[in-house]
Amino acid sequence: MKNKVALTGNEAVAQAMRQINPDVVAAYPITPSTEVVQMFSSFVANGKVDTEFVTVESEHSAMSATMGASAAGARAMTCTSSQGLAYMFEVVYIAASMRLPIVFPVANRALSGPINIHCDHSDAMGIKQAGVIQLFSENAQEAYDNMIQAIRIAEHPDVQLPVSVNYDGFITSHALDVLEILDDETVKNFIGVYKPREALLNVNEPVSMGSFDMYDYYFEHKYQQVAAMEAAKRVIEEVGKEYAKISGRNYGLVDAYKLDDADMAVVVMNSAAGSSKGVCDELRAKGLKVGVLKPRAFRPFPHEAIADALKGVKAVAVLDRAETFSTLGGPMFADVRNSLYDLKNDIKVVNYVYGLGGRDLRLEDVEQIYSDLDDIIKTGKVDNFVRYLGLRE
Amino acid sequence: MTPSDKNLSQCCSSKCISPDMNWKELTKAGNIYTPGNASTYETGDWRTIRPVWDEERCIHCLICWRYCPDASIISTGGKFDSFDYKHCKGCGICANVCPAHAIEMISEDEIEKQKEAQKDEE
Ligand code: SF4
Ligand code: SF4
Repeated sequence: MKNKVALTGNEAVAQAMRQINPDVVAAYPITPSTEVVQMFSSFVANGKVDTEFVTVESEHSAMSATMGASAAGARAMTCTSSQGLAYMFEVVYIAASMRLPIVFPVANRALSGPINIHCDHSDAMGIKQAGVIQLFSENAQEAYDNMIQAIRIAEHPDVQLPVSVNYDGFITSHALDVLEILDDETVKNFIGVYKPREALLNVNEPVSMGSFDMYDYYFEHKYQQVAAMEAAKRVIEEVGKEYAKISGRNYGLVDAYKLDDADMAVVVMNSAAGSSKGVCDELRAKGLKVGVLKPRAFRPFPHEAIADALKGVKAVAVLDRAETFSTLGGPMFADVRNSLYDLKNDIKVVNYVYGLGGRDLRLEDVEQIYSDLDDIIKTGKVDNFVRYLGLRE
Repeated sequence: MTPSDKNLSQCCSSKCISPDMNWKELTKAGNIYTPGNASTYETGDWRTIRPVWDEERCIHCLICWRYCPDASIISTGGKFDSFDYKHCKGCGICANVCPAHAIEMISEDEIEKQKEAQKDEE
């Protein structure tokens, strides 16, 4: 049965959490993700879920409490944005290294300072080397779908890692969108009953977690995390295929849009991918060979799938909604360019840092990018490969 | 494999941990599935000076036994017996509290040199 509803991104994520019905949620409010936990707390108060809801005094404690609950054997979740994620930072690393399958949505927002509450991806990019899986969502539908799949990915025996589900603050979190939600029973069956492989509360099989590690073990344990990330690429695809059976919607590591015969491609994540696809359609109608590549997983980075999707193009623009201050462009640019290096195809790759602090990406901006790529192909020259889209100069 | 590693493998036959294991063999995230196994982890090699006991002087008051932070003084029948050099970290507390000055702290380097000199003589 198709269940079409109109929900904001935050409402869609909160509904997913209601259907997941986790054992424990510990959270602290922060714009623009506040509504998720606010709505979830009403589900708790109204008996719609069986969750133990822990109101903590900070995000550091939110992730700590979630981690404790997860180690104890619970299906545990939290939710945050921006400074909240920054404040969680050290605990996120620990959750990942302890291999706790915590799922936490992140409504992406700029980091201070200057203080700003609007969308960019600086928060998510801050934890890109923490060892958590990062999924990105174009719209409310994808945020909802990613949440449900994230549970299966995180808890897969070959993975056992936290998964953060990213969606754009305000643009996706607060805008009303039409989406399809699954019925409660379908979700319940899809995610299954959580059976932790080890749990601190299991007195019959005692276990110590988070022990001190010296140089004779630390390296191997770090590599175990790398191996789990490698496995996650396979698992994300497998879970995506299974999810297609119950939802009719397909999910993989990347979404390659009209790339088969494309000369030019824009690589972009989250809501801006939707705008880019719109422009792509218009230019296609005019006969231009353009396409869009949207990585759905950013960690692990699907470099094989990206190289494969872009191997035929002549010029690529990577759009980053975050700065690295390396003076070598944004975080995704580095990864995409790196992924294409071994193709030795002389693909011209340029970077556009865009939308910082919530500045809109206009359709004209995307058109300009394609037109720049066209120039690059025609002239074979790239004078400035890191560009700041819409910056007043 | 050092003797203590062997010890550890024996103590937890299904999920043992030792430094000669590769990343696949080690338990996930360093989880430890056998309670009370701290004694199998050798800390004695952190030591740069070692306590040496003088039997003549010892009055077996066991003050050293009470003060040792690493439970590395072994007593039998209420008397000083020996040091557990696998875990003694060489802090020197025992030598400091001993009222009979029966414990002397000697550099591990010196001991190494003496051992080598002995080998050469042989
Ligand atoms: S403190 Fe000194 S005298 Fe007392 S038992 Fe220890 S070594 Fe012997
Ligand atoms: S040196 Fe320190 S650790 Fe070693 S036996 Fe003496 S008190 Fe214990």
